[in-house]
Amino acid sequence: MGQSIWNSMQQKGYSRRDFLQFCATAATVAGLGSQSGVAQVVSAFEKKEKPAVVWMHFQECTCCSESFIRASHPIVVDALLDVLDLNYTETLMAASGFQAEKCLSDTIEKNKGKYIVLVEGAVPTGNDGVYCMIGGKTAESILQTVAKDAAAIVAWGSCASNGCVQAAKPNPTGATPIYKLVDKPVINVPGCPPIADVMMSVVTHLLVLGQVPKLDSQGRPKEFYGRRVHDTCYRRPNYDAGLFVETWDDENARKGYCLYKMGCKGPVTYNACSVVKWNEGTSYPIQSGHGCIGCSEAGFWDNGPFYQHLASFPGFGIESTADTVGTVVGVATLAGVAAHAVVTNIRKRPVIKEVHADDQKEL
Amino acid sequence: MTRVIVDPITRIEGHLRIEAVVENGVITDAFSAGTMVRGLEKILIGRDPRDAWAITERVCGVCTTVHALASVRAVEDALGIAVPPTAELIRNIMMATLYVQDHVVHFYHLHALDWVDIVNALKADPKKAAELAGSFSKWDKNTPAYFAQVQDKIKAFAASGLGIFANGYWGHPAYKLPPEVNLIGVAHYLDALEWQKEVVKIHTVFGGKNPHPNYLVGGVPCSIDTNEVAAINGERLNLVARLISQADEFVNEVYIPDLLAVASFYKDWAQWGGGLKNYMSYGEYPTQGYGKPEAFKYPRGVVLNRDLSTVHPVNPRDSQEIKEYIASSWYSYEGGDGVGVHPWAGETKLNYTGPKPPFESLEGHAKYSFLKTPRWKENPMEVGPLARLVVAYASGHTDVQELVKDTLGKLNVPVGALFSTLGRTAARGLDAALGMIWLKEFFGQLMERVKINETSTFNGERWEPKSWPMDAQGVGLVEAPRGSLAHWIKIHDGKIDNYQLVVPTTWNGSPRDAKGQHSSFEASLIGTPVANLEQPVEIIRTIHSFDPCLACAVHLYDPQGRHISQISFE
Repeated sequence: MGQSIWNSMQQKGYSRRDFLQFCATAATVAGLGSQSGVAQVVSAFEKKEKPAVVWMHFQECTCCSESFIRASHPIVVDALLDVLDLNYTETLMAASGFQAEKCLSDTIEKNKGKYIVLVEGAVPTGNDGVYCMIGGKTAESILQTVAKDAAAIVAWGSCASNGCVQAAKPNPTGATPIYKLVDKPVINVPGCPPIADVMMSVVTHLLVLGQVPKLDSQGRPKEFYGRRVHDTCYRRPNYDAGLFVETWDDENARKGYCLYKMGCKGPVTYNACSVVKWNEGTSYPIQSGHGCIGCSEAGFWDNGPFYQHLASFPGFGIESTADTVGTVVGVATLAGVAAHAVVTNIRKRPVIKEVHADDQKEL
Repeated sequence: MTRVIVDPITRIEGHLRIEAVVENGVITDAFSAGTMVRGLEKILIGRDPRDAWAITERVCGVCTTVHALASVRAVEDALGIAVPPTAELIRNIMMATLYVQDHVVHFYHLHALDWVDIVNALKADPKKAAELAGSFSKWDKNTPAYFAQVQDKIKAFAASGLGIFANGYWGHPAYKLPPEVNLIGVAHYLDALEWQKEVVKIHTVFGGKNPHPNYLVGGVPCSIDTNEVAAINGERLNLVARLISQADEFVNEVYIPDLLAVASFYKDWAQWGGGLKNYMSYGEYPTQGYGKPEAFKYPRGVVLNRDLSTVHPVNPRDSQEIKEYIASSWYSYEGGDGVGVHPWAGETKLNYTGPKPPFESLEGHAKYSFLKTPRWKENPMEVGPLARLVVAYASGHTDVQELVKDTLGKLNVPVGALFSTLGRTAARGLDAALGMIWLKEFFGQLMERVKINETSTFNGERWEPKSWPMDAQGVGLVEAPRGSLAHWIKIHDGKIDNYQLVVPTTWNGSPRDAKGQHSSFEASLIGTPVANLEQPVEIIRTIHSFDPCLACAVHLYDPQGRHISQISFE
């Protein structure tokens, strides 16, 4: 713990050449594939200590952890052994019971103000928090303890970012997303789950560059949540030409026509599925014949049945982003929010919190 | 008498707490508490039944797909929809893929560290490890250079604090593997982590993503057309074929050999952890449609009191067979705590009466879990790989019988060894091996159907809600990797009127019923010795052998109020 990545690679017998190769790969993953980008990464790895990381689990289905271990670049073994100084995750850690709790408390104690918190799951606030308890403590109290001295907080997936399924109406347990509970900026990486390589890229941003990627007004990395699935979908030309699937497995489905009439939520969903795709670029929902269900959008479970096609929506140009368009059918429209509200550095004031305060006002 | 509390129980899905009472070094009573609830059954009410698969799929991202399948089956059952045979094959391929992936991940990433001492692996001789691995596996990666490289990685990792492997029970005398076997286990832990991301691409091809691929009431959402670039075509099928072949190699040359090698050092664990004597399986892999369970690869049925001469039929529609109780659960029923309710009439009213957090122990609380307690004709049931094999064995399925006998022979243990922690873990391996055989078979059948152009993947006769009756009810049974899973649905006027799920871990991990009968977790812990109360590896081994799907906790506590969990350790 506490040594630079270059130091730790030297210890493991890697050559300088291996190290530079590793940096080049990391730079590509982080979207910095130019020469200057590589130089930036090299310097970051040489000087920066590997920050300690803890991964918290609250009201969740563990699909975010499962997605994370599906990463292809870097593969998760390399991330766990070489990139992340991961000290707590209930899904994979060897220790149980009080020895597990000790892993968490030791990490916090030894790395005050420097550690990174990754949160999977929403936090139930109903009935004084009894709907999720770990070690006899409520999820909410654990979150507050862990968040207090954190350098950065990442909300993995839709549960932590916007509440997801347990927060769907009538939200029986008062499931609440992380940004509403902590007094710090939160990087939201929504999706059910988020794409593995998107998660890895966020990790690389934080660990290599020591700062958060550019975020939109909902705290999402613009890199991956700046474009609608519809605008980057390979079936988009079919939409423009009026060629639609009319029923499942019809001739048009086999030809790969647009799934808009089958309820596809791609036109109102900001995510990277149609660009990065899933599981090492193997496919994504639309490519495999099912419409997008909009799983990265706040409140998507309550945005009408999945198979009811969207009411006509304005024909935004391909240049539109989440900030300029807002959530078209979302329950929480972000109209009125400063479009350029962007957190560029983890030490800056909690812009996201303000934005979300506005969003609550709208409701 | 000491109360040992483990919370959180890690390397599972969810939040689980175990409190075990230990007298003279042996567990005499145990309490299994699910400490997280989300209320999904309430969220489902009033929604479009065709959306339920997506909502219920989010019950679990580890055994992703099983709830989606149970849900589409429940809706199809309610509305009388028959799925085209090609769609059934694709569903079977996705299910078998999950079995294989899930069991490998469980063995290496959730269970192995209970048996494999990662720190001790540093003492191994890589050359000897390669020789040993070569004696039981043909996997060409098992070379001295490879094991040396893994050892170097772990050495460096240990020097930097061990990360996720910190504070394990390393060095506990219950770890009995020689250093070389530990090194093989650790090396394959890392390989399995890399491999598992490959096999799930089968889900991505047919369902668009993993975790949480897409399903569809009436079939599957993908279309097959070998003359179209955007459909499941020759390229896609070739990819699936390659992934299946890789999986076959990993299961048969890495997982199963490792399982047998590790098991051979832990035969003492064939005497503990047996627990209940009742086993249930809903059966799986329809070959002639979901409505014909007699043609399933795994049969449906119940074995009572380990009597292999009789297999009892299971009827999920009979209101007297499967019922859920709440005598020890944080819920209330309209009829009071004493009654059992069939899932079609099920109620989900949360009523937490436990101690106000933060708390040290659940001792003295009659209700102690968010899990309800399901019973079959009032009997507690074990579900999961062992139960499936027992029911298939007793039903006379010769493929299962031969595999079980062969494995017991290799380990040189009697049939009775099956009913134990070791037996449960071994059964999971056999379950994966069978899954692999059937995965290849289903894919071969799919190719045959493509050849003759029988590729329809959707039955749309009752897709539109206007074609539905005003009222309908159905049940969707799935034999998931972790055990018997069912969804019960009631539909009224095109919307969900009631929806209840009874999941494998509810059967296994539930609290005791009103008669004081334990469910599987609790029953299997009773009688197990615990050598070191501060390092209760024995509890973890048995609980992990069920592959629980929730999160738990175990702390240590004695009647004088001394909580062992608070004693500083190290």
